[in-house]
Amino acid sequence: MTDMLAIIDRLRPDRGSPAPWHRPGLLVPLVPVLLLAVATAAPGLFTGLAPDAIDTDAILAPPGPAHGFGTDQLGRDVFARVVHGTSLSLTIGLGATLVACAGGVLLGLAAALAPPVVRAILVRLIDVFLAFPEILLALLVIVALGRGPANTLLAVGLSSIAGYARLVRSQVLQVVRSGYVEHAVALGEPRRTIILRHVIPNATRPLVVVATIGLGHAVLTASALSFIGLGVVPPVAEWGALLADGRNYLDTAPWISVLPATVVAVSVIAITILGRGLQDLLAGSDGS
Amino acid sequence: MTGAGADPRDPVLREEARSTPVLAVEGLHVAFPGRSGPDEVVRGISFTIRPGEVLALVGESGSGKSVTARALVGLAGARARIRAEALRLTGHEGRALDLLGLSERRWRAVRGRQVGFVLQDALVSLDPLRRIGQEVAEPILAHRLLPRDAVAGEVQALLARVGIPDPAIRAAQYPHELSGGLRQRALIASALAGRPRLLIADEPTTALDVTIQRQILAVFADLARAGHGLLLITHDLAVAAQVADTIAVMQHGAIVEAGPARAVLADPRHAYTRRLLAAVPGPETRQSWLSRAGPRPERARDPRPAEPILEVRDVAVRFSRPGGAVDALAGVSLRVRQGETFGIVGESGSGKTTLGRVVLALQRADRGEVLFEGRPWSTLPERSRRPLRPRIQTIVQDPLGSFDPRDTVRRILEQPLRLQPGLAAGQRAARAAELMALVGLPREMLARRPRTLSGGQRQRVAIAQALAGQPDLLVCDEPVSALDVTTQAQILDLLADLQHRFGLTLLLISHDLGVIQHMSDRVAVMKDGRIVETGPVEDIFAAPADSYTRRLLAALPALPARAAPDAAAEPIGPSDAARAPGLEIHA
Repeated sequence: MTDMLAIIDRLRPDRGSPAPWHRPGLLVPLVPVLLLAVATAAPGLFTGLAPDAIDTDAILAPPGPAHGFGTDQLGRDVFARVVHGTSLSLTIGLGATLVACAGGVLLGLAAALAPPVVRAILVRLIDVFLAFPEILLALLVIVALGRGPANTLLAVGLSSIAGYARLVRSQVLQVVRSGYVEHAVALGEPRRTIILRHVIPNATRPLVVVATIGLGHAVLTASALSFIGLGVVPPVAEWGALLADGRNYLDTAPWISVLPATVVAVSVIAITILGRGLQDLLAGSDGS
Repeated sequence: MTGAGADPRDPVLREEARSTPVLAVEGLHVAFPGRSGPDEVVRGISFTIRPGEVLALVGESGSGKSVTARALVGLAGARARIRAEALRLTGHEGRALDLLGLSERRWRAVRGRQVGFVLQDALVSLDPLRRIGQEVAEPILAHRLLPRDAVAGEVQALLARVGIPDPAIRAAQYPHELSGGLRQRALIASALAGRPRLLIADEPTTALDVTIQRQILAVFADLARAGHGLLLITHDLAVAAQVADTIAVMQHGAIVEAGPARAVLADPRHAYTRRLLAAVPGPETRQSWLSRAGPRPERARDPRPAEPILEVRDVAVRFSRPGGAVDALAGVSLRVRQGETFGIVGESGSGKTTLGRVVLALQRADRGEVLFEGRPWSTLPERSRRPLRPRIQTIVQDPLGSFDPRDTVRRILEQPLRLQPGLAAGQRAARAAELMALVGLPREMLARRPRTLSGGQRQRVAIAQALAGQPDLLVCDEPVSALDVTTQAQILDLLADLQHRFGLTLLLISHDLGVIQHMSDRVAVMKDGRIVETGPVEDIFAAPADSYTRRLLAALPALPARAAPDAAAEPIGPSDAARAPGLEIHA
């Protein structure tokens, strides 16, 4: 009961709350995300080694001063591969999320506002796609288009459209029934203006947050595709491919997989927490 | 309702020391940490409540009255800093209890057992997943007052005591199955279950219709007669007038005036109390402003009074609900004349809001039609109605819901202006500034978001937006129901002033008879989707022909100072003399 009250108290909108940049909950995940950004823009700042440089004197070397994350079976520096892989992994993740969002908005809007027959078909279509695991849909796209970074991006993006579409549809339906849309009708605004000015901006508001969380998910799915050998083509450095490379040496040289995996995990968690923080910020921004 | 007379077995009646106050508050301060030092919201207030006494703490929102109530039950929040010279409760068997600095553990023993707390909205205060009986039994079980097998009987007795018919059936139902009035009673029953000597009720009738409100207030009066001490928090002086023995008026965290209810109401000493009283609308205020002194100018009557600007012809609307269709409107006809204020009054569910929506062409009529200036309106296709829409505008109870949450005040005002052809951006900005001046808001507020404005300011923005399209008819659906009485007075004055200046026609929908009487020229009384009576407001309220109108009028809480000398204005319960502190109470 005491805890209950404390929780209720914390949930109360407090007027004297510190500015968002003073919140450790947002600052902590911001650090790894900024590091990722730097690694994407200028990987050279982190490591002087090339991702493909082979050091035959240090094959399967454990982490040490020369090789922070150790080396793999060909003597390549794992840390350099992780850093140089960041750009590709994040690009795939970001691109896939954008594809999914764009597709989701269009499909969701249509599924909410199209004529009844079209609407019904689209809703069923979304349901069918949601019934399949995303990775399976992504595999289907890969099978049709072939391997490679661009296709991985498309595959991951297309496979998660349905989830976004469903979210957008439910948001649109909610906004359409809202007081302000009805009020806009009473003011005499034409339908097109109402959809463009009120429905779309308000229905896609939560999408920003969901997409941030989805970004982490997309990075993970792309990695998974590479891991099973259907993503990027070796020897390109990409996170999922790195994990796959170390799979056979898990008992003798665990660092090849475990350390990149830790980077992936920390990145995905940081991006997700940041997404949630963003959610709170956006929700709170109405308050002042 | 069934009279809930005093139960002779009630423990509170056995108390010897009746004259000892159940609650003594001396110099109570409550402060919250703010941006610039602590923000003191309650500043040293003192009062006592004796057994059988009803103390009404009256004030506007932000006056500190609710915080006071919450501080008395230890629910002001962890950030609240509470200090007082004394905060004493006389518990069961006359034990004195110091409420200062209680641990949360000790509070739990006090809440429900020594103090009962009734909140405003019973629908949110009752757990939707628990039956009424479980909810009422909770304090009995929590405080281990009765053996388990005796609880069911006690629950039913409690429900009966607050006037709930068929208590056995009701105890097995869920909150959503009960009407608002019954829910509020169930909440009171749960507050009584621990047999507290003191009951604190925070705006217990604000969400209720007048007839239900009167019944709930009668329950409180009965409880006081049975010896309970009652602290009633309300913004409504008329409610306080109906049950309170003592009224304490709060402003900015301090009690500015306190005394016997009749004295405070009949002869207010403090300027703020006088302003509160003057702001209450009613039949006597028809010729004057509410928020300032002086007579209201006579409305410029249209030279063709017979010309209806709006005609509703036999409109019916039926909603299909699970368990059968509901007739929201069952054949309603009315004619609104150019330039008049036409009031529509009725309780919730009477169909008055649906009627407003049909007039606004936001709800299709299943039968009948609406004519605007003698031409078809409701039957027009939307495409041809759209250009005419700016001429019929609306103001609703909660303007926040009708503003796009992303918009600033500027964008809200420009929203209708954009629809006017040939208005350049500069002209729109100038017009928006004009509109702000018209409704008495500073220009700087254009950059704000409605969420950061007060209720009254929001309503002014809504009025400004409605005026932007230069409407002829304004449909006002409960425009002041969410506002404090002084803010309500300002908004009603603003509406009357604008109507006078622009020759607007108002269709005023309200459950508040006082508002209707103050504003309207003619009135229609609605019940169950029908108009039961219509005519000039003076006639209807002086000599109501319909029995429902009479009942509605009788339930209206009236201020004794101005009430007409009829039975309806009598306060509920025994006379003040019989309840003077220290006297024996014979129930």
